[in-house]
Amino acid sequence: MKSFTYERARTPAEAAAAVARTPGAKFLAGGTNLLDLMKLEVETPTYLVDVQDLALDRIENTGEGGLRIGALVSNTALSADMRVRRDYGVLARAIQAGASGQLRNKATTAGNLLQRTRCPYFYDTAMPCNKRAPGSGCAAIGGYSRQLAVIGSSDTCIATYPGDMAQAMRVLDATVETVNARGATRAIPIADFHRLPGDKPERDNVLAHGELITAVTLPPPIGGTHLYRKVRDRASYAFALVSVAAVLQRDGTGRVCFGGVAHKPWRVEAAEAVLPKGARAAAAIAFADARPTEAARFKLSLATRTLAAVIAEGKAG
Amino acid sequence: MAPVMFGVSRREVLVTGAVSAALSSFPAEAHPAGGEAGPPAMPVSFKVNGTSHALTLDTRTTLLDALREHLHLTGTKKGCDHGQCGACTVIVNGERINACLSLAVQHEGDDVTTVEGLGTPERLHPMQAAFVKHDGYQCGYCTPGQICSAVSVLQEIRRGVPSHVQSDITAAPQPTNIEMRERMSGNICRCGAYSNIAEAMAEVAGERA
Repeated sequence: MKSFTYERARTPAEAAAAVARTPGAKFLAGGTNLLDLMKLEVETPTYLVDVQDLALDRIENTGEGGLRIGALVSNTALSADMRVRRDYGVLARAIQAGASGQLRNKATTAGNLLQRTRCPYFYDTAMPCNKRAPGSGCAAIGGYSRQLAVIGSSDTCIATYPGDMAQAMRVLDATVETVNARGATRAIPIADFHRLPGDKPERDNVLAHGELITAVTLPPPIGGTHLYRKVRDRASYAFALVSVAAVLQRDGTGRVCFGGVAHKPWRVEAAEAVLPKGARAAAAIAFADARPTEAARFKLSLATRTLAAVIAEGKAG
Repeated sequence: MAPVMFGVSRREVLVTGAVSAALSSFPAEAHPAGGEAGPPAMPVSFKVNGTSHALTLDTRTTLLDALREHLHLTGTKKGCDHGQCGACTVIVNGERINACLSLAVQHEGDDVTTVEGLGTPERLHPMQAAFVKHDGYQCGYCTPGQICSAVSVLQEIRRGVPSHVQSDITAAPQPTNIEMRERMSGNICRCGAYSNIAEAMAEVAGERA
């Protein structure tokens, strides 16, 4: 691990200013992803600004009837909150489908959104990777790509967003709230938060350097049956090959978002419009522009079947 | 006879591993805080098993290395050092975490419990006694992490933290076998003692029910 200086910030604006004025600085929250990457020298920050004292660890009711989730609320606390379990079940289910109990205790809401890809070439500093070392090339294209993206990828990157929680946030139309070094705030719809790789795969999301997530807000509950189905190589504690977050209504309409298939949570509203016609019709639209590698092509039929299983479960429930 | 791996004895491998682990966390004394020559070091204080400790550590030192290399509490084990195996599981402020994925300096003022703080050879914690009774281990390397995790899992179930295997996410979780297996998935046991660990946990859960 490269050496670094460390400081604890007292306010969100102070934390944002500290990172913004220092190239190579990073925020540190739970650290479960960042420290792993620092040990491998995939991440080499020179200065860590620890945000654990910022009192962003509460879940509050909003005036509109939704929830405002502090950036530092742990994955365990968020998935255990009875308001979340009752009204936003897809979120509690998605969080519980990810990582391990130990990691969920330490991992935060903001950190979960910011976790980096699990592409094996991103992790291997001996290999080219445009996300880790811009301009070095992509070893995944033509390499071992079974776990990687089938849609929305580019000629420079076929990495996937690895998380579970964000797919649920996407079907719930969450909003990410941030503050920057000047104290200015902005609200970013979750749909616009994660990026596609394009020609800048080093940028996972739209945050500027030194922009700090303070909260994630959820609109009022939309009812329906909340489901999260995750297909992986073992029954627990593995990243998704394909996952489906869904909120399904009695009339067959609903919202669905796929995980494990793209550089961001993959929700296509035009596909949702044909949900009452079934999984095949919806998946055909959601993955119309798919460009899978041969090794990852199975994800297309797997996504269709996972969606079919979710729809069947929704009807049964 | 000791198992041999590629002509090297298991003991030699373990000793070599321990030396490289010690080298990877710099003794704080060699690099005083604020010194020009060495990497940045910082003071940090936290409680371990009820005893307060004040250390000055290279900022890179993980909680795991602080416990093992600086406080010499070697009950907590280093397996993968990447949060994948759970051998380093300790309980911080009442919640289990991977000590390898946490910097020591993040834990100012925290209350840490390691396997040494759960019980003693003369007075085992009920979970330790149940692991012995049910053969919840073979080589024992993952066991301290398994036990810290198992104790926390039963607390999480009592606190009502839901899990992936619950069909009704709003229901109070029950200490069933499938729940134990799901909740312990962050602790890998290469000897494969999983079913016995689940039985040990069921016995302790039953005593408290």
